[in-house]
Amino acid sequence: MISNESLLLAAIAIPFLGSLVAALLPTNARNLEAWLAGTVALAEIGIFSVLYPAITDGQVVRSEWAWMPTAGLNFVLRIDGLSWIFALLIAGIGGLVFLYARYYMSPQDPVPRFFSFLLAFMGSMLGIVFSGNLIQLVFFWELTSVFSFLLIAYWHHDAGARSGARLALTITAAGGLCLFGGVLVLGEIVGSYDLDEVLASGVLIRSHDLYLPALVLILLGAFTKSAQFPFHVWLPRAMAAPTPVSAYLHSATMVKAGIFLLIRLWPVLSGTEAWLWLVATTGLITFVTGAYLAMFQNDLKGVLAYSTISHLGLTTLLLGMDAPLATVAAIFHVMNHATFKASLFMAAGVIDHETGTRDIRKLSGLYRYMPVTTALATVAAAAMAGVPLLNGFLSKEMFFAETIETHDGSLMDTLLPYFATVAAAFSVAYSLRFIRDVFFGPPPTDLPREPHEPPHWMRFPIELLVVVCLLVGMFPNYTIGPFLNVAVASVLGGTAPKFNLAIWHGFTLPFVMSIVAMAGGIAVYAFLKLYNFDSRKIPWPAIGDYIPTDFAGTTARSVMRWIGTRSLQPQLRSVVCFAFVAGLAPLVGRTLFPETLQLTKIDAAFALVWIIGVVCALATAYQAKFHRLAALIFMSGAGIATFLTFIYLSAPDLALTQLLVEVVTTVLILLGLRWLPKRDERLLKTDSSMLMRRYVDLTIAMVVGTGLAMLAFAVMTRPAPQYNLAEFFLHRSYAEGGGRNVVNVILVDFRGFDTLGEITVLCIVALVVFALLRRFRPSPESIGSPEQKRIQEAFDVDHPDRRPGETIADYLLIPSVIMRLLFPVIGTLGIYLFLRGHDLPGGGFVAGLTLAIAIILQYMGGGAAWVEDRIRVFPLRWMAVGFAFALAGGGIALAFGYPFLTAFAYDLHLPVIGSLHLSTVLLFDLGVLAIVLGATVLIIIALAHQSIRTHRKPKATAAEEAA
Amino acid sequence: MEIILALSIGALAGSGVWLILRSRTYQVLIGLSLLSYAVNLFIFSMGRLRTDAPPILEKGVPNTLAHYTDPVPQALVLTAIVITFAMTALFLVVLLVARGLTRNDHVDGRES
Repeated sequence: MISNESLLLAAIAIPFLGSLVAALLPTNARNLEAWLAGTVALAEIGIFSVLYPAITDGQVVRSEWAWMPTAGLNFVLRIDGLSWIFALLIAGIGGLVFLYARYYMSPQDPVPRFFSFLLAFMGSMLGIVFSGNLIQLVFFWELTSVFSFLLIAYWHHDAGARSGARLALTITAAGGLCLFGGVLVLGEIVGSYDLDEVLASGVLIRSHDLYLPALVLILLGAFTKSAQFPFHVWLPRAMAAPTPVSAYLHSATMVKAGIFLLIRLWPVLSGTEAWLWLVATTGLITFVTGAYLAMFQNDLKGVLAYSTISHLGLTTLLLGMDAPLATVAAIFHVMNHATFKASLFMAAGVIDHETGTRDIRKLSGLYRYMPVTTALATVAAAAMAGVPLLNGFLSKEMFFAETIETHDGSLMDTLLPYFATVAAAFSVAYSLRFIRDVFFGPPPTDLPREPHEPPHWMRFPIELLVVVCLLVGMFPNYTIGPFLNVAVASVLGGTAPKFNLAIWHGFTLPFVMSIVAMAGGIAVYAFLKLYNFDSRKIPWPAIGDYIPTDFAGTTARSVMRWIGTRSLQPQLRSVVCFAFVAGLAPLVGRTLFPETLQLTKIDAAFALVWIIGVVCALATAYQAKFHRLAALIFMSGAGIATFLTFIYLSAPDLALTQLLVEVVTTVLILLGLRWLPKRDERLLKTDSSMLMRRYVDLTIAMVVGTGLAMLAFAVMTRPAPQYNLAEFFLHRSYAEGGGRNVVNVILVDFRGFDTLGEITVLCIVALVVFALLRRFRPSPESIGSPEQKRIQEAFDVDHPDRRPGETIADYLLIPSVIMRLLFPVIGTLGIYLFLRGHDLPGGGFVAGLTLAIAIILQYMGGGAAWVEDRIRVFPLRWMAVGFAFALAGGGIALAFGYPFLTAFAYDLHLPVIGSLHLSTVLLFDLGVLAIVLGATVLIIIALAHQSIRTHRKPKATAAEEAA
Repeated sequence: MEIILALSIGALAGSGVWLILRSRTYQVLIGLSLLSYAVNLFIFSMGRLRTDAPPILEKGVPNTLAHYTDPVPQALVLTAIVITFAMTALFLVVLLVARGLTRNDHVDGRES
């Protein structure tokens, strides 16, 4: 026998596992997906029925796992009567929706994604109702927002679906953040996030100073999720989702999460003035506005969406009334609403599916084509309107009875019954319109499709739900009664009121209100029909779905126009200025230069190097716009000055690396220049604003340059701090790292993990470059042969004694012979630099660059085709092997129980060769070498290959096509 | 010596900043390279200027800062040099692709 605790875990885990499996099924496996999802739903219902006896007496089944014990957080699953009835709703409606979706989705829709998200949503929703820890509840709460987003945007080719999904996510996730804040405050008050402890501290919470902030934040979470005014705007837009999603998430379950939370925390948060006013007022406004707006919707799903908003408002209002009996009515109404609204959504989906439209103005007289669906929808809509003998009637009667109870005698309390009757009349009107305009009247004209009854199994979920509506409506005490009792007992505990679910209470005031609402609804419908409001805009007050969202959008856009820009230059300008100010800030109120400057003697040669270097830098800045090659040469001049500085100032490793990188970069940019068409200096236009910008930039550049120079001077002339870090590396480099070249030991041993990260970046860059160049479409001006090549070819044509192509073949003949001869020499040098790297300047980086240059020289001398006929160049494989070596070098330590990248050394004594220092660090450095070699060669030859492949012309831009 | 290096860093940084604020992609590419020279030299100079004291340990010499220059800025700069190369390569290819795609070499992809 499996314990209840593990059953609870299984209830959460099964939908997520199902989701994973669903994602892996073939794209068109609609049947398989539906079977899988249906099985999950049935399994859930099975689990719940096994768990039911354990909770009937108001007990709670809990299971706990340590999650973050240091923060006092446990992963707690708990089930009581309220969770149980919600869970049943989630699994039950879920199962029916899965069956319905099997027929609703077309063969072209990729169903694995759909069913996978639906199942994951089911798991998240069950997570909310089973959470015994508030933080965990918020986690599942946000998860439902995410899956709702993904499901609304399921048809992501539709712009409406995308924007609807974004809006829903923005509102519900922002509400979720508020809820998170509220839960943190609540946890702060109680000292625990455990739901049972929170539920036991009602008095403490309500009397605490932080009660109001906690309440407001939690209500924001609940109201956004449950589409309460003014956050309701996302729900109508979410109707862009496939109808099964609307039926499941946006009427039956997810929008009820807010209600669930309010019921869950009702015992601890309610009973105050603030609760009464905030919750009841919001509920009332939502209830009336939703019903009012629903009357004017022309989209079937729009009617249902606003009706859902209205019913959610009704439920919230009940909870806000702060009376135990009203809470009973709220729970009851959640169940009833889910059954009739889900069936109505499915009916709307059937109509959409079979006729091709959801526009009430186009639809008419469908009973001729689909009599069964007509009957089902009529019953469900009657339940929505609150017609007797149906479940909607029962909870609406309870609601009316509650509104006439006098609570505090305020104006709102007095007016409440009238508001309730008016809104109820509205709901009768839109229910009537839904049925009468769609199913009755003259036969429809110009429908996109010839309507007919849906397949039987598509209709089956609607049939089942309508039967539930009828059974609950006629025999409430034999159907929903016991479950409702258990749920109510779990919320209200000992104070649970006795309630009577009879159909007939006598000729009471609530019944009179029902009659008035019914008659009023018919009158309103007739009035609207008479004045043909179908095709007009919503009359005053036009609080439609557009005001808040569009307002937010336009405000955001205008703010962005004011403070933001899409151009790079202002952005970089502000980054530079900000960096300068940030660098300057710590200096305020201090002296920059030390009192005694520590200066070293000026070496004339060094001065000369930098006179040339500075001239090169300035010339680069001057020439980069029109004379790219000149700028490149000048830039290399500055690079050589940097290289010489490193040599002169005791940094041989840096000097080597700088020199080699300089070579590779120059080759790279030269290759790039081939594809960058010339800029014509004569086209230069200058106007005053351009000049102004230049002066500003010049000032910024000079200020930043001067500032950096002063800062560098100030630091260099201070005595060096005798800090431990440098000493640490100097002391331990040989003793513990086994190498005399401290820089290399730092790179491959002490800070090996940084280096691993760096070579990973290098790999990624090389792959990105490779990928970008695979489909490279150069600008049309540079597709033709370069100028020099054309001259060389023309020379062959002009001289009859020369064969075509001979000049190109002879070009740089002597240098290329030397380059070929140099290949083994440079290769040997590279290996030498690598092997000595641990003790003398060298190492993996330098060796990798050297070997790369050896290969690049062959390309330069012989051309790509010549080289690739003779040597095998597989840079991708070298990179992969290098990565494997680097990981292996670091990973060996793991096998011996040491941390990753711990070095092992072994001194091997060989005859003739002598003592050989072997270390896992060498393996790691070999990995570095292979990656640097592979990445460099890959980047360079990917660019070089562009010259020997044929290029398609880029597609003409829209502007050019128009021209 | 310090004044020379400081002025050079300033000149490199100033030229680099001027170029990265320009409107042509190639200017920004070259500007970033100049700026990285300046920054690398700046970081390197934080270890102070020492001649003939490379951090290559020799037998019989105490392993202290009195005999060797500070290896930490050098290790930092060495990785920076290689990463600069990667950045230059990536930016170069992106600018070539953008040139083909947008038909101009403005940093925003359109002439303003």
